[in-house]
Amino acid sequence: MEYILIIISAVFVNNILLSQFLGVCPFLGVSKKVSTALGMSAAVTFVMALATCVTYLLQYYVLVPLGVEYLQTVCFILVIAGLVQMVEIIIKKISPSLYQALGIFLPLITTNCAVLGVALMVVQKQFSFGGEAHMLNLGQSVVFAIASAIGFGLAIILFAGIREQLEISKVPKAFQGVPIALITAGIMAMAFMGFSGMV
Amino acid sequence: MSNRWKLITKGLVKDNPTFVLVLGMCPTLGTTTSAINGMGMGVATMCVLILSNIVISAVARFIPDKVRIPSYIVIISAFVTIVQLLMQAYLPSLYETLGLFIPLIVVNCIVLGRAEAFANKNGVIDSACDGLGIGLGFTLSLTVVGLVREILGSGSAFGWKFMAPDGMLLFVLAPGAFIVLGYLMVLFRKLTTK
Repeated sequence: MEYILIIISAVFVNNILLSQFLGVCPFLGVSKKVSTALGMSAAVTFVMALATCVTYLLQYYVLVPLGVEYLQTVCFILVIAGLVQMVEIIIKKISPSLYQALGIFLPLITTNCAVLGVALMVVQKQFSFGGEAHMLNLGQSVVFAIASAIGFGLAIILFAGIREQLEISKVPKAFQGVPIALITAGIMAMAFMGFSGMV
Repeated sequence: MSNRWKLITKGLVKDNPTFVLVLGMCPTLGTTTSAINGMGMGVATMCVLILSNIVISAVARFIPDKVRIPSYIVIISAFVTIVQLLMQAYLPSLYETLGLFIPLIVVNCIVLGRAEAFANKNGVIDSACDGLGIGLGFTLSLTVVGLVREILGSGSAFGWKFMAPDGMLLFVLAPGAFIVLGYLMVLFRKLTTK
């Protein structure tokens, strides 16, 4: 039951993009076409799940026992950068077709703040899903990461669909490009506010 | 001297990181619930930017080209950790409100972008001026976005309440951030392009 609540909460209620503002750069950057948005969200899901799993273990089996929690930021970003590089090499070897599809998005993910944000969130914040507030365990953390990534994907794919329509409509000159995209995102965020209070 | 002065002032309008270069959107949207919060975030980012620009411009010639990005990230995250610990000790309430966005300065594209585009090719003092200029531009735009959201959303400015009703809560919540930033960007474009 708790897993379902985690998923609903991370995908809809506390959508990582539209209510927490993590990962806005790729949201504005690669949302011009639905197909690229799809590729980006698949790559983010993969890396986010893996990164959260590794950084969770790093936090509780290395940093906490050694008493060096203040090195969190440095260690996490290095792990994520290394992981992205490794995933890139492995995918290139195992499945060239998948590499073709995800390849160009992988290097961009290192500086996607959603990945580092989720990794930090699960070891810093307490969550309450119906019951008492508590730190997430490993399984819950990974589910939370995957659900957050799906929320990211949902928002970016919907947004890409809207932007494809915007391309062919008449927009005043000063609004063209980023400003109209931001205002559209604002209206989308308003729609997502309808989910608040559900969990 | 005039050259350095130009480096400092170009970040305010011509190369404004938020309104012109459209970098660092996450903290711009996430931390500007009030003018003070926006300004705090801007100053924290500016400190990291100046310090990392100085160190990177000083050591850039010793770093092999292939590992330069990871090395820059380590340097930047070291300064972010220092700023984080200092804020935790001396400004605990601001640290509490900015929360996750302080460690996330590491992945702010502005900081890495300036390291890659300016600091690794220029001298220490020039790089410090560049960091100061871009940092000031970022602080200014965050303060403006925060101020507009605070006035519309809670009827106050820099914590000083001048309106009896509470204003439109929407502007303090997530959708308001996107909409205010979008319209401010339009206004900025209108004012700068004649």
